[in-house]
Amino acid sequence: MTLPIAERGYVHPGVLVSTDWTAEHLNDPSVRIVESNEDPLLYPSRHIPGAVQVDWTHDLNDPVRRDYLKKAGFEALMSRIGVTPETMVVFYGDKNNWWATYAYWVFQLFGHSNAKIMDGGRAKWEKEGRPMDRIVPEYPATIYHAPDRDDHKIRAFRDQVLKHVEAGRPLVDVRSPAEYTGEKLHMPEYPQEGALRGGHIPGAKNVPWARAVNPEDGTFKTAEELRQIYEHEQGLDPNGDIIAYCRIGERSSHTWFVLTNLLGFSNVRNYDGSWTEWGNLVDVPIEK
Amino acid sequence: MSEIPAKLAEVVTDIESISDRFERQEILIETADRFDGVRVPESVAAKPYPEERRVPACESDAFVWAVDQPDGTLKFYFDVLNPQGLSAMAMSVILGETLDGAPLEQVAKVPTDIVFKLFGKEISMGKGAGLMGIISMVQNEAKKRL
Repeated sequence: MTLPIAERGYVHPGVLVSTDWTAEHLNDPSVRIVESNEDPLLYPSRHIPGAVQVDWTHDLNDPVRRDYLKKAGFEALMSRIGVTPETMVVFYGDKNNWWATYAYWVFQLFGHSNAKIMDGGRAKWEKEGRPMDRIVPEYPATIYHAPDRDDHKIRAFRDQVLKHVEAGRPLVDVRSPAEYTGEKLHMPEYPQEGALRGGHIPGAKNVPWARAVNPEDGTFKTAEELRQIYEHEQGLDPNGDIIAYCRIGERSSHTWFVLTNLLGFSNVRNYDGSWTEWGNLVDVPIEK
Repeated sequence: MSEIPAKLAEVVTDIESISDRFERQEILIETADRFDGVRVPESVAAKPYPEERRVPACESDAFVWAVDQPDGTLKFYFDVLNPQGLSAMAMSVILGETLDGAPLEQVAKVPTDIVFKLFGKEISMGKGAGLMGIISMVQNEAKKRL
């Protein structure tokens, strides 16, 4: 039996909403429900009534450079989905909210702090037999004035990661153990995942991202269970300077969300270049 | 396209020609709806499935089987354990509906890049790798018999 969100001991429990809460706010004009998925066919197949889609590839990335959208693009996106700076944005998605937390993280680069994750994501909503439809809603366009994207607090770049490694500061590699050891890149017939070298950034702890959720319903584990994993088992300091990474920064945004919002870690950055950058860089240290 | 089995080539050409992303998604969703037609029967495999049937890199827990036919060709069956793995289901249906009876030499050479012709170049790296993994498994079953 999963405890109610308020009873799980999170430092910032207000970043989560339950499926019950979401169901009660489907027609709330101050709330915009946003689906963000790994599988692009899911939203058009059916979704929570009134929900809009924010697609990682189409909506959040620059189409040319490997980077996220900039201020003007974010303003246009928010206008298109009918969001103002005051709108509460509730994200949900597939794979235990993997891509929902990624979208949430990108929104934080633009300071849209009135944002939540629906605990349990799409799978929990579906399992509970709640309503879904195929109607793609249209909301009146808004005027949204965003600040310039602020990368320095929650995003890490490769040169910063290199200095971080040299200083012996902690990193969390949230990929699977086979990716962490580099074994995966050497599997025969295995599709290459965009990196020339396998392994991990020296000193990184391996904590696969999905350990933070209850496998039966996709909800987040309690603060005590999460502390057991990240603080006691891995020895991460809540006040430490920590960088999380995976392959392209999507899974590590989930861990960033857990550490920052649920456990209250004060200084966690997501290295979105991740292994597809580090595993291709010339002359950077790699551990196996 | 001459190396690709004829039925598969036809499907790839049809879907690739749809320039509207949403229309293409609709076709792929309809395709995924036919997944029961290619789902592995209990006479072939029962859960828990052996790990060697698992598609590497597929986040939707996809599995592939090939059953030898009297004429020397293969019949392919699939399962996708993640009920939200619609793309994996659509990929499985496309392969399952088009490769039965195809020459093994052609099946062994089905190019993995048809994933991008079917789903578009903008799918995520992980999703692309998973879908290509399904094709790789199918290729390997044919290669093993050549």
